[in-house]
Amino acid sequence: MTAPASPTKVRGETILAVENLVKHFPITRGVVFQKQIGAVKAVDGVSFELRRGETLGIVGESGCGKSTLARLLMRLEKPTSGKATLEGRDLFKASGAELRRLRRNMQMVLQDPYTSLNPRMTVGDIIGEPFEIHPEAAPKGSRQRRVQELLDVVGLNPEHINRYPHQFSGGQRQRIGIARALALRPEVIVCDEPVSALDVSIQAQVINLLEQLQDELGLSYIFIAHDLSVVRHISDRVAVMYLGRIVEIGTEDEIYERATHPYTQALLSAVPVPDPELRDSQKMIRLVGDVPSPANPPSGCHFRTRCWKAQEVCAVEDPATVPRAADPHPSACHFAELRPAAA
Amino acid sequence: MTQSAVHPTPASPTPEGGHLLEVRDLHVEFRTTEGVAKVINGVSYHLDAGETLAVLGESGSGKSVTAQAIMGILDTPPAVIRSGQILYRGRDLLTQPEEQRRQVRGKEIAMIFQDALSALNPTFPVGWQIGETLRQRAGMSRGDARRRAVELMDLVKIPAAATRLGDYPHQFSGGMRQRVMIAMALAMNPKVLIADEPTTALDVTVQAQIMDLLADLRRDLDMAMILITHDLGVVAGVADRIAVMYAGRIVEHADVRSLYKAPAHPYTKGLLESIPRMDVRGQQLSTIRGLPPNLMRIPSGCPFHPRCPYVQQVCVDVVPHDLVLGDGRTSACHFAQEVRDDSAR
Repeated sequence: MTAPASPTKVRGETILAVENLVKHFPITRGVVFQKQIGAVKAVDGVSFELRRGETLGIVGESGCGKSTLARLLMRLEKPTSGKATLEGRDLFKASGAELRRLRRNMQMVLQDPYTSLNPRMTVGDIIGEPFEIHPEAAPKGSRQRRVQELLDVVGLNPEHINRYPHQFSGGQRQRIGIARALALRPEVIVCDEPVSALDVSIQAQVINLLEQLQDELGLSYIFIAHDLSVVRHISDRVAVMYLGRIVEIGTEDEIYERATHPYTQALLSAVPVPDPELRDSQKMIRLVGDVPSPANPPSGCHFRTRCWKAQEVCAVEDPATVPRAADPHPSACHFAELRPAAA
Repeated sequence: MTQSAVHPTPASPTPEGGHLLEVRDLHVEFRTTEGVAKVINGVSYHLDAGETLAVLGESGSGKSVTAQAIMGILDTPPAVIRSGQILYRGRDLLTQPEEQRRQVRGKEIAMIFQDALSALNPTFPVGWQIGETLRQRAGMSRGDARRRAVELMDLVKIPAAATRLGDYPHQFSGGMRQRVMIAMALAMNPKVLIADEPTTALDVTVQAQIMDLLADLRRDLDMAMILITHDLGVVAGVADRIAVMYAGRIVEHADVRSLYKAPAHPYTKGLLESIPRMDVRGQQLSTIRGLPPNLMRIPSGCPFHPRCPYVQQVCVDVVPHDLVLGDGRTSACHFAQEVRDDSAR
């Protein structure tokens, strides 16, 4: 593979900027005359920036909107409102040739390596399919060579180009998915739970591959996962989502060592640490109840119904995700403070 | 250095003097049109009253199949139990007629599954489903079964249990559904609870709630528990002993603390080194090379040898026996001592 980053592209500059992104799915009643009676607020005002060459981890529990966010960024869903720019160009206004160009630059790796590969296509056809849509990316004669190169890059045998997905294990299939995402030499890859379907011993292989590819190709990742340990390992910065909003965002260290939002603190404390010696010393914050429905989120702070710090102001006033006195990274809590033990 | 005892911890006596539950040299294979898959190849473990045994393994290691064999819910065919014994209070379940096994299932040994949504019947209210066991097995009247169902739902901390009896499974959240299934499993006051990946489908905050609940129930109701999981973090939090499975064998068996401190099998060691830890910064992930074996073509000698960094010629030629280590642990590795000493460093 050739180096994709030309010398003018500076590591650390903003490549993707998302501003106040909203996606509401309508809830309708009636068969012929559909009347909208509500909305599932899957993504409810999300803003962040992704810098060149970095990994932004996005964590949250099921239903928090992290996968919808990924689908929005890939333009697989139309946003209700909001803006996203990739290298300064508006993602949602682009159409035709410009949209194709943008899409070349941003690719996706999906969670389930068993269902995201067409069982009736050979590996060569799967990885080469992006070239059908973007013929300018590789001239026809060179495609097979390019696919074999990609197989080699992700650690598969280039001679297996004519095999079918079922002849590969889960980890190998995920490598095929990664090769497909790399085919068009994108700069941004959105990884939606890329390792959660894999066994522990295989998970590490794929994580290491993603890290190595990032170093070699200067890729930027949006890494969506529910496994907080994996996210800490791979991310430079981390955003924590709850009910469609980013409640806290910061560097890996700021989130994992100096979290100020009660939800982040509870989430981190619930992660089981693989060390029986710490069994009794681990101070867990037990949240009561379940995540409220995104069709009917609580007023004010979305987390207040499960929060032990909730006061009247939390029900009235929506806390902004801004830097707080306790620690200078953005946190959406009126009472943001460090956890006593960590302070 | 070696001891004569095969099992690491001394058995607390059951009424019959042996272990509460014991699996002895179990062999199970799946006969399919593509060939014979040797899924369980000589598994032995035991469970004493009131303790928690974790059975750890990746997909295809045989951890769930062993549990299904204990419960007598293996699909036969394709599964065939080739040999072995499953002793409950000293009696071999495998030689009992179905009639007698039914008396054990649910009443003595109960099981909960990973996916509560597909384990529950979507067409009946949960109260009815919890009560079904009581009506069928304990001969309770509808009214009594209803009242007991509310008690059970209270026990597993489902809020406002009485008003939720008539709700259907889809009206519950994932964590609440798992609680319903636990309530069903507890209906007949079992002595052994087998939990097969009980929290794998759940979010981490809910997982913590369910693991707490299981630990409380195990203690309050004085049950023994077999926790089947692939999650080394969950095991560290609750288990007393741990059996690590690979390719249908138990490769390492130890009390939890000494296993995490110094694993004595290269597979366990590799697993522990390949998981990212949230409490460690800037960690290098080492990997286990290669892939788990195809169970139709298990490698010769030690089944782990193609992936093992300690591999020698003897590993290719000779199947390792359970080596009993000085601190009352076993490891099915020719170089168990060496591996443990390396890990302890």
